[in-house]
Amino acid sequence: MGISRWLASPCLKRLGLTVLLALAFIVASPVKADPGQALLADLADASPRQIDAAIEAIVDSGDPRARDWLDAYGNNRLSRNKNTGQVVEVLRNVGRNWTIADPLTGDNLGEISRRELDRVNINNAIRGKLEGVLAMLDLYSDDPEVQENAAEAMMGKVNNSVVNPLNKLLERDLPGPVRNRIEESVAIYQLEQGDSQARVEAIDVLTGSLHSNARAALNNAVAGDDPAAAARAKQALVSIEQKLQMNRVAETLYFGLSLGSVLVLAAIGLAITFGVMGVINMAHGELIMLGAYTTWGMQQLLPGQPGLALILSIPAGFLVAALAGIAIERSVIQHLKGRPLETLLATFGVSLILQQLVRTVISPLNRSVTTPEWMSGSLVINDALSLTLNRMYVIGFALVVFAGLMLIMRKTRLGLEVRAVTQNRAMARSMGIRATRVDILTFGLGSGVAGLAGVALSQITNVGPNLGQNYIIDSFMVVVFGGVGNLWGTLLAGLSLGTINQILEPWAGSVLAKIMVLVLIILFIQKRPKGLFPQKGRAAEG
Amino acid sequence: MWLTRPLQERSTQVFLGVLFAAVALVTLLHLIMPEGHALHVSAYTVTLLGKYLCYALLAVAVDLVWGYLGILSLGHGAFFALGGYAMGMYLMRQIGDRGTYGDPVLPDFMVFLNWDSLPWYWQGFDMAWFAFIMVLLAPGLLALVFGFLAFRSRVTGVYLSIITQALTFALMLAFFRNEMGFGGNNGLTDFRDIVGFNLRTDATRLGLFIATGIALAVGYVICRGIVTSKLGRVSIACRDAEARTRFLGYRVEWVQLFVFVVSAMLAGVAGALYVPQVGIINPSEFSPLFSIEIVVWVALGGRATLYGAVIGAILVNYAKTVFTGVMPDAWLFALGGLFVLVTVFLPKGIAGLLQKRRKQEDDDPTENGSYKPQSKEASA
Repeated sequence: MGISRWLASPCLKRLGLTVLLALAFIVASPVKADPGQALLADLADASPRQIDAAIEAIVDSGDPRARDWLDAYGNNRLSRNKNTGQVVEVLRNVGRNWTIADPLTGDNLGEISRRELDRVNINNAIRGKLEGVLAMLDLYSDDPEVQENAAEAMMGKVNNSVVNPLNKLLERDLPGPVRNRIEESVAIYQLEQGDSQARVEAIDVLTGSLHSNARAALNNAVAGDDPAAAARAKQALVSIEQKLQMNRVAETLYFGLSLGSVLVLAAIGLAITFGVMGVINMAHGELIMLGAYTTWGMQQLLPGQPGLALILSIPAGFLVAALAGIAIERSVIQHLKGRPLETLLATFGVSLILQQLVRTVISPLNRSVTTPEWMSGSLVINDALSLTLNRMYVIGFALVVFAGLMLIMRKTRLGLEVRAVTQNRAMARSMGIRATRVDILTFGLGSGVAGLAGVALSQITNVGPNLGQNYIIDSFMVVVFGGVGNLWGTLLAGLSLGTINQILEPWAGSVLAKIMVLVLIILFIQKRPKGLFPQKGRAAEG
Repeated sequence: MWLTRPLQERSTQVFLGVLFAAVALVTLLHLIMPEGHALHVSAYTVTLLGKYLCYALLAVAVDLVWGYLGILSLGHGAFFALGGYAMGMYLMRQIGDRGTYGDPVLPDFMVFLNWDSLPWYWQGFDMAWFAFIMVLLAPGLLALVFGFLAFRSRVTGVYLSIITQALTFALMLAFFRNEMGFGGNNGLTDFRDIVGFNLRTDATRLGLFIATGIALAVGYVICRGIVTSKLGRVSIACRDAEARTRFLGYRVEWVQLFVFVVSAMLAGVAGALYVPQVGIINPSEFSPLFSIEIVVWVALGGRATLYGAVIGAILVNYAKTVFTGVMPDAWLFALGGLFVLVTVFLPKGIAGLLQKRRKQEDDDPTENGSYKPQSKEASA
């Protein structure tokens, strides 16, 4: 007994010694060495009627290796060595010679001719039961994650053989989610098999559940032959439906918010350059694209470290896009002062060149950008609502960028000058502000923010030459909707357009929703031609 | 009469003369020269030239609103495509039971979608006169409604440009949907004949080319008539100083609306002539890129000259044909470069270069190179 406890100890330091000792004992006295050996031998020797008892004995032993044994058994991998009578686990059963291992120690025992092996018998009925038994073993696991998964797997699969052990399990101290899940599983079983009293109780338990199996069971109960239970189940379903509705609303809002924050990111740089210089930069979308490609390039430079690459590409994307933006401003836009329509055309030409440049130099195909581990996955709120992490990061990022821009605009010298030039260029210049310098810096800032948008977008959409085009019209709509030169307007417009789009989408389809939003904006412009927050005073003339 | 006055101008006479000479020359070379002769113009080339003339008419329509009204429409492709779709619907109905599925009434794609009857908006398109009216009416109505909403609330400048771009973008998305009943992604194609003539014969193609030449001439004269009329002068006033014109008592929005609708209808006619020549109409004609390309034709040729638009459209499209044949990758570089170079170095376009040489020969207020890009109040 002492030795077996010693063997079962998970202490890794002693593992090598343990193996040696175990081997020694096996060689010396095969019967006394390990209770596991006897258990396995019983299983191998059992007649079909005794197999249940043999399995139960293994489970009841509480041996931590029990799960592996039963798993191997269920997968036809337990065999008996005809020569030595030892029960072994088959690791590789291809070819004439099979690789085997000792199930007690996990030692590889080398290859052996398959004729020397005798498979431990199993049939489908036993296999079916074994599944439940294994799930039960998992439920007793020390690892909460294994426990939770097992509880999840138990949903809707409870039968006579596991209901009592489950009830026993419920008497123990369990983590909240595991307990809820098991209670629900048992309730589903009771609803289907129990007497009317048990059914009513089961319905009460299931009322709080959003799991689809619970709803299916309640629906069955509504259609069932017990009128009392049917009425109660109907009520339960109504209350569940309400909760689901709320979750759906929350989900729509979340998606709307995330789409909206993408729009805000894409549009806010545009709002700055448009507001300050009265210039529409049609190449803005391509600056976003450059930011996204910077992320991709960073990840190529730092293979295997997508997280670090992503963080580094935030400043890098900003710089790349800002420099490109300044280059556009110096080479094209400054020559077109006071001719906004021509500027629009020229920058459109620039956007075509940039797109084709990416197609020619990199590839016309989409590039894949890896999402780092800490950004993938989702936050599970309940059965009906889980929020994907990458979108949450994008929302957060958009807010941080927005706050940063707000700070620059309100608290720095540059912001002060930018606001002055926005309001009245001539007056600002006569007060000694170098408008040209302000133009360059604002254009760099706006373009840099486009680069940041690209970094964020690379995490939620494909990075390809058309990335910018897909967002440019939406960004314009946000700017037009929010009002020129007003960051709050852009924020509000972006978030509300994103949300409206997501609200319309389920019943209109994504294309129609987009069309409807465009039509809505066109109609909105009727009422407020200068957007939600129009510029006031002298600056508004135009 | 406002329509006959342009015919007495020298510039219009020269334009019409050159246009008729060119069309006649192509026709003669196609008919008289034997095939294989160095001077023979093939049916393919005739159709290609016909396509250029359609684009030229479209460019004239854009120049009317951009050059003489100051409205940079980035959505004229929508009107062009609507006219094209109206014609395409007529041509589809003309196929009759010769389609793949042999349905006497329903076009192939509707049979494919398991529709059992024609949607209401397809009724009447089996009659040529109805379809030809719709060619004018469909784009005209859209321009009327859209223009009314936009001009009434005084949306101008870059705002209007962006909204027109959104308009054509929205229409493109809509026409891509199969449920719209316009053939979705594939559009309308597989046309057989037009008012009784087989579309696949050289004679019909030549006929369409000549018809396009005539349409361009008529469109040019109409535009010229408008811009030299009193209304045209008000329209130019709107372009240069909208607020001032309004304060002088003119109803700016009605002037804008009228010119905009005429321009949309001309674009629709161009589209309607374009579709039978290229044999297909699909939603890509609605793409914002196409609409903005039209603008660069006008910019290259020279804004507010009308004939400049024709020159620009033909030049750019010829270059496109050559480029996309020789090195397709370079075309977008060339087009992008064209946008930048023309706006920065050639603000008055090719026509501006020509005018510099001629130095104000006649005293036409719109043609003596006095075009000021934007007044101060409009650019603020």
